[in-house]
Amino acid sequence: MTNESGAVVVTANLSRTFGRRKAVDGVTLAVDAGNTLALFGPNGAGKTTLLRVLSGLLKPTSGFARIGDTKLPGGPEIRRRVGVISHHTLLYEALTARENVEFTARLYGVRDFREATERALGRMRILDRAETPVRALSRGLRQRVSIARATVHEPQVILADEPFTGLDILGAAALSDLLNDLRHHGAAVILVTHNVDEGLALATHAAIMDRGRIVVTDETVGLDKQTFADRYRQLVAQDG
Amino acid sequence: MVEVLRDAWLIAKKDLAIEFRTRSAFFSALVFALLGIVIFYFAWDSSAVSAIDLAPGVLWVIFTFSGMLGMHRSFSVEQPDRGIDGLLASPVARESIFLGKALANLVFVVAVQAVAIPSVALFYGLPLGNVWLPLAGIALLAAIGLVSVGTLFSAMAVNTRLAELLLPMLSLPFFVPVVIPAAQATAKLMSGRPVGDAGAWLKLLLAFDIVFVVACTLAYPFTLEE
Repeated sequence: MTNESGAVVVTANLSRTFGRRKAVDGVTLAVDAGNTLALFGPNGAGKTTLLRVLSGLLKPTSGFARIGDTKLPGGPEIRRRVGVISHHTLLYEALTARENVEFTARLYGVRDFREATERALGRMRILDRAETPVRALSRGLRQRVSIARATVHEPQVILADEPFTGLDILGAAALSDLLNDLRHHGAAVILVTHNVDEGLALATHAAIMDRGRIVVTDETVGLDKQTFADRYRQLVAQDG
Repeated sequence: MVEVLRDAWLIAKKDLAIEFRTRSAFFSALVFALLGIVIFYFAWDSSAVSAIDLAPGVLWVIFTFSGMLGMHRSFSVEQPDRGIDGLLASPVARESIFLGKALANLVFVVAVQAVAIPSVALFYGLPLGNVWLPLAGIALLAAIGLVSVGTLFSAMAVNTRLAELLLPMLSLPFFVPVVIPAAQATAKLMSGRPVGDAGAWLKLLLAFDIVFVVACTLAYPFTLEE
């Protein structure tokens, strides 16, 4: 997929099982700094599990994974470099948008946490609702706060699991700008999405995951998007 | 170590801010405590049992069960949007998460105690004049032991379907070594004996506190969902 020796995110034959079910089955991939891997796959393909392993929330059952030079699951130093945008917002409803993001910034040891919070909320165009409790925000606005929360510490690796879910056009544009900006500043991004156009527009590389395995990988430059999309739909139809 | 405590304080402040905004668990615990005191009062036959004999038992039954309401809340606030994943994916030590939760629970239990102790004194006509300070010390020592055990089991129970049932079932047997010396020391103080007479019970209480705080902090990382 990329030059493995210089890659920021590397997995080799990575597997994760739950009981007898292999959610991730021998995944090998590498993502360089400044690259975005768009990861597609039908429901239950193992994409979320793969991201949870890479974020240190799950231990791999077998195989190898590293972020930078540190082997996973690693410790605080590795988690400091990763930003996780999850299915769930990871927010506290009783706290305001600003309090949520500021709390995360402080957990990550960001020195100017107030300034970083302001910047993160501004990038997601939600500063005007910063003092609103999260419980009073719509699904889309919560998602924007969640993304601000995940990126407030300027992570070098971003693991984004369907981050466009619930976002309106403005929110989606803000997220696209943010991901491109972070990538241009050297971040490695793994973006899980079901929207092929959206994913390919942001990615430098694309992969399809099915039944725990990576079955297709390609660079997006010169990629025949229609053929790729057809292949993906075919896989989803087979699994359905 | 400083970083572990700093992060624990951050997490405790966050939990207390949430409780301060919602006030759900605190008011439930307070109402439970006051109702308990009233029920015990009306069930009490003052000609058969003296207030000095009954009050310590009432106090510790109430602290034990009302505290549990707060401890259950401790990890359940993380559930709706999986805030716990945010904590676990962050660079804070697992021990900081436990200590932060335990610290917030301690403030919660102490706040309930601050209302319940004067209420028991009022209902049972017990003068707290000379003993309020050592009594507050005993209450604090016991609260440390209770929240250590309760926080650990709350973390274990929260991901189960029967969390509300499982937490008391797991916690109560481990509360016994804390509640017995605390109730005994309270009884001695309330009956007008000097603090020195409760010394042996206080040492036992302190020993269990140290054991439970250390053991529960070290055990917490092993309770995390894999």
